[in-house]
Amino acid sequence: MTERLFEGADWDFHTLQRITDACEEVATKDLGLDVYPNQIEVITAEQMLDAYSSVGMPLFYKHWSFGKQFAFHEASYRKGLMGLAYEIVINSSPCISYLMEENTATMQTLVIAHAAFGHNHFFKNNYLFRQWTDADGILDYLDFAKKYVMSCEDRYGRIEVERTLDAAHALMSHGIDRYPGKKKLDLRAEEKRAGRRRQHEEEVFNDLWRTVPAGKSKTRSAISIERRRKLLGLPQENLLYFLEKSAPRLAPWQRELLRIVRHIAQYFYPQSQTKVMNEGTATYVHYRIMTKLHQQGRITDGNFLEFLQSHTNVVFQPEFDDPRFSGFNPYALGFAMMQDIERIVTRPEDEDREWFPDIAGKNDVMGVLRDVWANYRDESFIAQFLSPKLMRHLRMFHLHDDPEERAGIRVDAIHDERGFRRVRRELARQHDVGYIDANIEVVDVDLSGDRRLILHHHVIKGSQLNETDAKRVLQHLADLWTYDVALIEVDANDKVLREYVVSPRPISAVA
Amino acid sequence: MPIHIIDRRLNPGGKSLENRQRFLRRAKSLVQGAVKKTSQERDIKDVLEGGEVTIPLDGMHEPRFRRDGGTRDMVLPGNKKFIEGDYLQRSGQGSAKDSGPGEGDSEDAFRFVLSRDEFVDLFLDDLELPDLAKRKIAHTESEGIQRAGYTMTGSPANISVSRTVRLALARRIALKRPRKDEIEELEAAIAACTDEDERVVLLDQLEKLKAKTKRIPFIDPLDIRYRRFETVPKPVAQAVMFCLMDVSGSMSEHMKDLAKRFYMLLYVFLKRRYKHVDIVFIRHTDRAEEVDEQTFFYGPASGGTLVSSALQAMHEIVRERFNPSDWNIYAAQASDGDNSYSDGELTGMLLTDKILPVCQFFAYLEVGESGGSAFDLSDSSLWTLYERLRNSGAPLSMRKVSERSEIFPVFHDLFQRRETSQEKTAP
Repeated sequence: MTERLFEGADWDFHTLQRITDACEEVATKDLGLDVYPNQIEVITAEQMLDAYSSVGMPLFYKHWSFGKQFAFHEASYRKGLMGLAYEIVINSSPCISYLMEENTATMQTLVIAHAAFGHNHFFKNNYLFRQWTDADGILDYLDFAKKYVMSCEDRYGRIEVERTLDAAHALMSHGIDRYPGKKKLDLRAEEKRAGRRRQHEEEVFNDLWRTVPAGKSKTRSAISIERRRKLLGLPQENLLYFLEKSAPRLAPWQRELLRIVRHIAQYFYPQSQTKVMNEGTATYVHYRIMTKLHQQGRITDGNFLEFLQSHTNVVFQPEFDDPRFSGFNPYALGFAMMQDIERIVTRPEDEDREWFPDIAGKNDVMGVLRDVWANYRDESFIAQFLSPKLMRHLRMFHLHDDPEERAGIRVDAIHDERGFRRVRRELARQHDVGYIDANIEVVDVDLSGDRRLILHHHVIKGSQLNETDAKRVLQHLADLWTYDVALIEVDANDKVLREYVVSPRPISAVA
Repeated sequence: MPIHIIDRRLNPGGKSLENRQRFLRRAKSLVQGAVKKTSQERDIKDVLEGGEVTIPLDGMHEPRFRRDGGTRDMVLPGNKKFIEGDYLQRSGQGSAKDSGPGEGDSEDAFRFVLSRDEFVDLFLDDLELPDLAKRKIAHTESEGIQRAGYTMTGSPANISVSRTVRLALARRIALKRPRKDEIEELEAAIAACTDEDERVVLLDQLEKLKAKTKRIPFIDPLDIRYRRFETVPKPVAQAVMFCLMDVSGSMSEHMKDLAKRFYMLLYVFLKRRYKHVDIVFIRHTDRAEEVDEQTFFYGPASGGTLVSSALQAMHEIVRERFNPSDWNIYAAQASDGDNSYSDGELTGMLLTDKILPVCQFFAYLEVGESGGSAFDLSDSSLWTLYERLRNSGAPLSMRKVSERSEIFPVFHDLFQRRETSQEKTAP
């Protein structure tokens, strides 16, 4: 019998090392995972709270909203309303996992298997992360961002910087490139570029240029609307990008701040699209590793039971009429789907052969799963791999709530032969970020007139913007654009549903 | 694959402190309002304990483009009896419907915990001690020592090594003192050299370098610097607070409670401004005595009322133990306003001639029964007396209090930051 990794609940750093080695052995040999180098850091509850308030990152620029987050988390933690996560893992290379010091040895094993191998593999291999994030550069970039924001505060004042960041944060959800095409982000180069640009500005600065008389400006009528839109890259759904490139009166440092916020939003974009998959992967991996360690006799029955208890808590899915219900638990759904795929690959039934001819009975579980983990996001993953059996097991049904419908909320589909595909399509759509976020884009700028910026919100299914919030965000947008901003909500037939017009606030009033 | 395991627990905590302060600064007016509101409801002992406050989220809201309304579709788990085509009644906000996350309009109040220091800071933020500067530096006997740069002369104990070495290094570089490795290099070259002529040249060079090394010392007396200290007058960092209270039979428990609250606030306030705060409790009926806190608030006593006795006692204590040039003196007197008629003149004289000149601040708090109806009748004898004194220019602060909840506003009002001249004339 193999030697036990630990006895009881206590651990020390040698134990952690043994645990990590044991997990790594299973992860690479049995599961064939491919991970970034691991860095495991043990932290206290207070440090965990700190990490919470800076979106889990070890370093971040300073902003009051993070302080608000911190105050909020701290209050609920102290009152016992909220437990802290067992770990936080960062998509970087090396992949940093934070472990809480108060975890027991079993929990540390679980967490190392979950984060340092499960999440880590997903970060390294999933196409979205490969496409959109730069794991090697992110920590350096955050360091640059932090210092840059600080230097801006020194040069231009805290209030000015805060104002720009407030506005940028409000637009953060619309500061993302959804479609690849541009070159991959290289955050190290990005950081150098910013430095070079600043230096260049300082070197070539000559106040005389200001005094050179300008010639007569060309008439703009020559430029057709189409050409103008093309020059500005319209329509553009990345509002922060558009402002950074085209807002007429922003100072260079403000553009750089918008760019920083945009890059960070982009960095987190894959995470919001892969919650189910990411957690499903990590949970599946930790389950496999823990089971294997138990089989090898490296953890005791008692420790394994302790693990099972945490594991079942994590993958608990309350039903819709349960007071604890708050939507699908990504851990539960993800884990169930991964296990279901394992079942389809190894022990398919006729139904599975019909639904999943490509993978049914293929017998190479890890091969199939690794392929899935690499090439799908939540929406496509559910649309492809949610099986009728699992739908039946979770007893899924689809509700359609049309406010116009007097009779009430209609049950549109249930887990039966007629409903499987519709339920699945609808659930996939619920996990489609492109569908969840409002579809807003810049469509035109009235350059020859009052420079009004015109945005369209393409309303889907009659769901319009929340008025108070929309006005506030538009106010921020107008402050950055420095001219009027109009937002027009149009439905699928281009019918105007509502129009907002907001004027920028004078600088002094804002400060 | 190498795995790094790092213990971060010893890293300095409080990484969020800066952000938290930014948040508090931004929400200052809101938090301050909340603090005042909270402190009114609180028991006096807890007032400084920090704790939870609730602020409206309005000013702190971070807007995003959000959608609401419209047709909603959702897939849910746990179907029990529904079949396709069923209709569910909308029951206002049914449990199935209400799955939206908390961000939004519903988020109208924000609760969080303030630390003790933050709480007191905010609570006392716009308050100021009157006449703080008066005796701050004047007539100080005590002197403190403070660093004041460097000098060329001094005692060996005060040599600043880092500064000396830095200057020596600068001098050696400026005078091009040969470095040790240069000489070693040359010696090595000589050892390796075979050509006799070249050897002579090199030896000559070595000689020169060595001579130069000797000429230019590693540390020259010129380099030596001493830390310089100078003495500065130290501001008086101690204060004494006199609590005077009438404990005659007419003072009820409620009145004493009010007085106690006021004293505690004053104590906290002084404690923040001075390193050391002494408290002297003087209770009086027709006789005054210095007592400990327990006796002061809870000890039984009875008798008539002579305010002058307390003032006399205070005067004596000041003379004996608290030299006005060493101590900042604050006094707060609480009474229900009764005083025997014949005592008025003596009280007035003691106050204006003896007490007020040495005091930084003298507050008179007239406490009344809950409900406060007594105040509507007529001013008490003490109030009338003090008011007359004040009108003739004595620096007295006086307030009437009859409810617990009034203590904080009154305290605030007394110490509000204002023009210096107004203090005397303010009601």
